[in-house]
Amino acid sequence: MTSKFRRAGSAVAIVAALGLALSACGGGSGSGSDGEGGGDTSSITFIPKNLGNPYFDASDAGGKKAADEIGTTWDQVGPTESTPDSQVSFINTATQQRAGALVVSANDPTAIGDALEEARNAGTKVVTMDSDTEPQFRDVFVSQADAAGIAKSQVDLIAEQIGDKGEIAILSAAANATNQNEWIKLMEEELAANHPDIKLVDTVYGNDDDQTSFDKTAGLLQSHPNLKGIISPTTVGIAAAARYLSDSEYKGKVALTGLGTPNQMREYIKDGTVKSFALWDPEQLGYLAAYAADALASGDIEGKEGDTFEAGDLGEYTVGADGVIVLGEPTVFEESNIDDFDF
Amino acid sequence: MSLLTEKAPVRTYAAHARPWWQRTLMTRDSAIIALLVVVWTYASIAILNFSDPITVYFLVLDIAPILLIALPMTLIIITGEIDLSVASVVGLSSVLFGVLHREGLPIVAAMVLALLACAVAGALNGVLVTRYGLPSLAVTIGTMALFRGIAVGALGTTAITDWPDAWGDLVQARIGGSQIPLMTIPLVVLIVVFAVVLHFTPFGRGIFAAGLSKDAARFSGVNVDRTKLILFTLSGLVSGLAGIYFTLRYGSARGDNATGMELQVIAAVLLGGVSIFGGRGAIPGVIAGVVLIGTIGSALRLDGLSANLIQIITGVLLIAAVIAASVLGWTGRIVGTYRRQQSSDEPSSKNSKKSE
Repeated sequence: MTSKFRRAGSAVAIVAALGLALSACGGGSGSGSDGEGGGDTSSITFIPKNLGNPYFDASDAGGKKAADEIGTTWDQVGPTESTPDSQVSFINTATQQRAGALVVSANDPTAIGDALEEARNAGTKVVTMDSDTEPQFRDVFVSQADAAGIAKSQVDLIAEQIGDKGEIAILSAAANATNQNEWIKLMEEELAANHPDIKLVDTVYGNDDDQTSFDKTAGLLQSHPNLKGIISPTTVGIAAAARYLSDSEYKGKVALTGLGTPNQMREYIKDGTVKSFALWDPEQLGYLAAYAADALASGDIEGKEGDTFEAGDLGEYTVGADGVIVLGEPTVFEESNIDDFDF
Repeated sequence: MSLLTEKAPVRTYAAHARPWWQRTLMTRDSAIIALLVVVWTYASIAILNFSDPITVYFLVLDIAPILLIALPMTLIIITGEIDLSVASVVGLSSVLFGVLHREGLPIVAAMVLALLACAVAGALNGVLVTRYGLPSLAVTIGTMALFRGIAVGALGTTAITDWPDAWGDLVQARIGGSQIPLMTIPLVVLIVVFAVVLHFTPFGRGIFAAGLSKDAARFSGVNVDRTKLILFTLSGLVSGLAGIYFTLRYGSARGDNATGMELQVIAAVLLGGVSIFGGRGAIPGVIAGVVLIGTIGSALRLDGLSANLIQIITGVLLIAAVIAASVLGWTGRIVGTYRRQQSSDEPSSKNSKKSE
């Protein structure tokens, strides 16, 4: 008899522990979907690359703001690590829940494709944001900015800061980074076409590593004594270059611009090392993606080229070729506006 | 019952004297299976959309690699060893498979070569553990870094994504019009093979013997080193198979595939009632453990909980299960001692109770 009790006790103990865990956390999370109905056609689920990433916290805030304006259910779930296989489980869950629309920032252009197809077969509309999949797996892609816009804005910023004249260099990420190389090529074209007095003397690669980027900045300034400015189209590179400049004799003499986040660049704007730099606003990106998702889920658009929809404060947008919707020109951050942003 | 009544005064192995239904139903395996049934029932009723048949489809596809690796892991842990390099072998397999395919090899040839390489990687663990007597924990921590390093180094952050659709479709195919993945069939076959080998063959008894006492096993004619070498090689091979599955399911060969999966596998195996100290465990419990962890993850995601919370809950559950097992083992020993004293004091007490 005692033995029987012992075995039964083991089961009871484990069940009790589990029940406690389930009920405690189910109640505490506040985001449970208990009352939302089986197939909520108007719900929007955001799946970022990973949780706890300030960039996606900002885009999620934009998505939530848009959902509140539209009056629809908004939910954010996602993996703790930015790997495609962990993202797939959350896409599957949204499929099970028959979510109206999914907004995904893809960790891999193909790996999550089958899961997205499964979701679309179940009637869920799929929007990719920030990082696209192959076009056949989603309805539309909300792009932060087109490559030409990014290249032009950086060339314009450096031209303005150095008086449209003199030697400049580029500090990029990895030598084989697709997006970086496309921007660099477009920057060269833009310089040749509209800024004849600016000479691009060198392009170096910091591999998105803080120390390497720091050393490469030092190297650039040594080997080009007449350097007037540096463009670093990567958030790691621009921060490392700013750190070097702020402690060196070149502070205030050599201009620096590129793509960076307000939080990492704030101190260099305040101490005068950097005058202005650019990046798209992730909050606006999430805001636009949520409106696009709602337009798809409610049947206002199909995601075909030429479809138009209203995106709240941002105004009217048109779907471009391959289902791409471009947010617009990058936002320029400078002393006057940098405190309005937190990401 | 008659057996128990007759031998009650002198019995030493109380557990073996219990009737067959008690021996079958009142085990740790049954407890975990019962728990699985409870959780499944609860989730079907309380969690929206969980009772949808497609849950089964996603669940099986999700847990397949963990289930695969848990099979050899169970055997290795029963011998008192551990293999932490399994998830790195998944990455290695994926990258090798991808690179060989990219270089123009037919898919099946690339698959076989990648699997062979993974078996060699597993054998390397086995040789280091058995030939040089190194602790498997240290050896496989080392090879975990080594294999992952090779895998990530070979492809960097890029992925090989150029796979024929037919293979991906095959991996994710359903049986007929149901929501049961085709992959269930080879999985079940493998489970049966491992269960038979572990529970019904001399080799399997050698595994338990090696885990209970290496010396005793040796004296009884079990070649402990050879057994362990075979198991580590098998672990490499099966992890390689999981890597192929990963690659084809996601249509993407990546070096960072399955990062951290070794912990999920070990967690499921321990939850399934296998003793981390070796010598104890059974395949049915492990299968239930894997399915249970998968089910809880799926149910909590459907309930809208975040990935962080799901990890916390799974962790708490695991610790609770391990604590419950040791507390019950401890009370069991006390009760057993008490009962032996009782039966020697008043040998006829049980008999008189039964006859009432």
